[in-house]
Amino acid sequence: MVDGIRAYGLIVAMWIRSTMAYRASFLMTTAGNFLGSGLDFVAILLMFSHIESLGGFTLAEVALLYGATSTSLGLADLFLGSMDRIGQRVRDGTFDVLMVRPAPVFAQVAADRFALRRLGRISQGAVVLVLGLAGADVVWTPLNVLLIPVMLVSGAVIFGSVFVVGAAFQFWATEAAEVQNSFTYGGNTLLQYPPTVFAKDLVRGVTFVVPLAFVNWLPALRLLGREDPLHLPGWVGLCGPLVAAAMAALAGLAWRTGIRSYRSTGS
Amino acid sequence: MVRDTMRGGERTAHDSGPAALGGERVAYDGDPARFIELDGVEKVFDVRRKAGLLRREKHQVRAVDGISFTVPRGQMVGYIGPNGAGKSTTIKMLTGILVPSGGRLRVAGIDPSRERTRLARRIGVVFGQRTTLWWDLPLRDSYCLVHRMYKIPDARYRENLERCVELLDLGDLLDVPVRQLSLGQRMRGDIAAALLHDPEVLYLDEPTIGLDVVSKAKVRDFLRDVNADLGMTVLLTTHDLTDIEQLCERVMVIDHGRLVYDGGLSGLHAVGESERTLVVDLERELPPIDDVPGARTVRVEGPRQWLAFAATASAAPLVAAVAERYPLVDLSVREPDIEAVIAKMYAERSAER
Repeated sequence: MVDGIRAYGLIVAMWIRSTMAYRASFLMTTAGNFLGSGLDFVAILLMFSHIESLGGFTLAEVALLYGATSTSLGLADLFLGSMDRIGQRVRDGTFDVLMVRPAPVFAQVAADRFALRRLGRISQGAVVLVLGLAGADVVWTPLNVLLIPVMLVSGAVIFGSVFVVGAAFQFWATEAAEVQNSFTYGGNTLLQYPPTVFAKDLVRGVTFVVPLAFVNWLPALRLLGREDPLHLPGWVGLCGPLVAAAMAALAGLAWRTGIRSYRSTGS
Repeated sequence: MVRDTMRGGERTAHDSGPAALGGERVAYDGDPARFIELDGVEKVFDVRRKAGLLRREKHQVRAVDGISFTVPRGQMVGYIGPNGAGKSTTIKMLTGILVPSGGRLRVAGIDPSRERTRLARRIGVVFGQRTTLWWDLPLRDSYCLVHRMYKIPDARYRENLERCVELLDLGDLLDVPVRQLSLGQRMRGDIAAALLHDPEVLYLDEPTIGLDVVSKAKVRDFLRDVNADLGMTVLLTTHDLTDIEQLCERVMVIDHGRLVYDGGLSGLHAVGESERTLVVDLERELPPIDDVPGARTVRVEGPRQWLAFAATASAAPLVAAVAERYPLVDLSVREPDIEAVIAKMYAERSAER
């Protein structure tokens, strides 16, 4: 574990150094990342220029949802974003190279091509989140204040776990990166909108099957003092960390199983 | 000279054991004759093959089928065989990449698949077909990362890097990103990366594949030095038999996952019933020589004739016999082509099946 964190730090530091060698390019790609990820919020803004509320949610409330999920995904993407390259590594045999180095493979894969420009998405999400929190009718209790960072971190862990499960799955199906992307980036798009606009079955699915609802929907509903469409008890909104821990454990197990079954390519 | 100081350095590193190298390395105190040890090692793959629209047939492929051998410390061994014979699979088990399906395997007393990362500090691996360097980074950055990741003491790192840069001619390449290097340059860069942490075993999987003649010679010279001066154990898979001829005192031939030959190069000739060739230049054109015992004439071209004789026999009596009966001007002896020997061996084994 300590070895893994150390190796992760070493590799990340090296990638940051090499990125910083081209500072102008870094600033441009980060700005591009910021603007690019901001475009879907522009779509939401356009929608709200025609309507007053979406599924009973005001613009500020939707901004809160949007900001929370974007920041969480951004964090997961920053720390684990290169995991989906693993299928390619398995295919071209470079995965073997990672296995003969004296550092946990997971740390090496996670840190591979660490891209600081992904801070663009995080900062864009954070800006929208702050605007949303300021504009929406948030019930400001101490517990709810604490809930905000907890929500973001748990959300990042949940997204991160999906990244890892997706990566582990690529040991068997090396082309599976897209399946995982549909859960992470696709899930992110889903979570940017209020749960009330979706069919109940879909909401149930992302609550109980792939628990993405714990990224922002359930905690945000609690912040806003609203009933959730599934009528779950209020304390469920606080379960994010537990769900995140369970997801992380599952992801760890999937990763281990994946590595064990790795068979390498010919020659 | 650089080499002599290196030898001294390496010895102290081993002698003083754990203290000298990052604290995580415990010197191998087992039998030096069994530094690498395989006992009935097997690797079976389940392969699913499409058999019809939805049905899939499962069958097993025995990539390595019960291989046993030991390699003493400091030996340079060639590991050869046709494509798909199980060479790379063996190397992958020795490095811990693949878990054996059966048998016992130890490298420096470590079970590779169970303690892969611990073993990684003590072995160096060069894959001819893919780089162990970071593709987008200059060589220097890759080495720097190796330095930190393997926790190489600063003085050792500088010393080793200097030696590699000098002997492998890397001086001008250190600031070039790996993806811009030519194959030969990249291979030299890779070999250096594999040696910076003073590995006790070096695995080379096709180290000269795709290299031009000059690069090949450079790589071979360097490997010979590393083996001779540092006493490093080297296991080499290759398709290029010249590698073996020039570097290895011992050859293992693997075919269909089994060891079919293990011994010196000369023994390989005996097993393969190979023949050497005596080339004689006579004073004038003569009919084929047919009255010399133990030899047969395989080719005649003007006054020059080619006589084949068993590789294990001595050439001296043959030369004497020819000189006695014919007007001999000049002669030379040609060593058999190992490629032919091995091809013959493979062919015989396939015929048995």
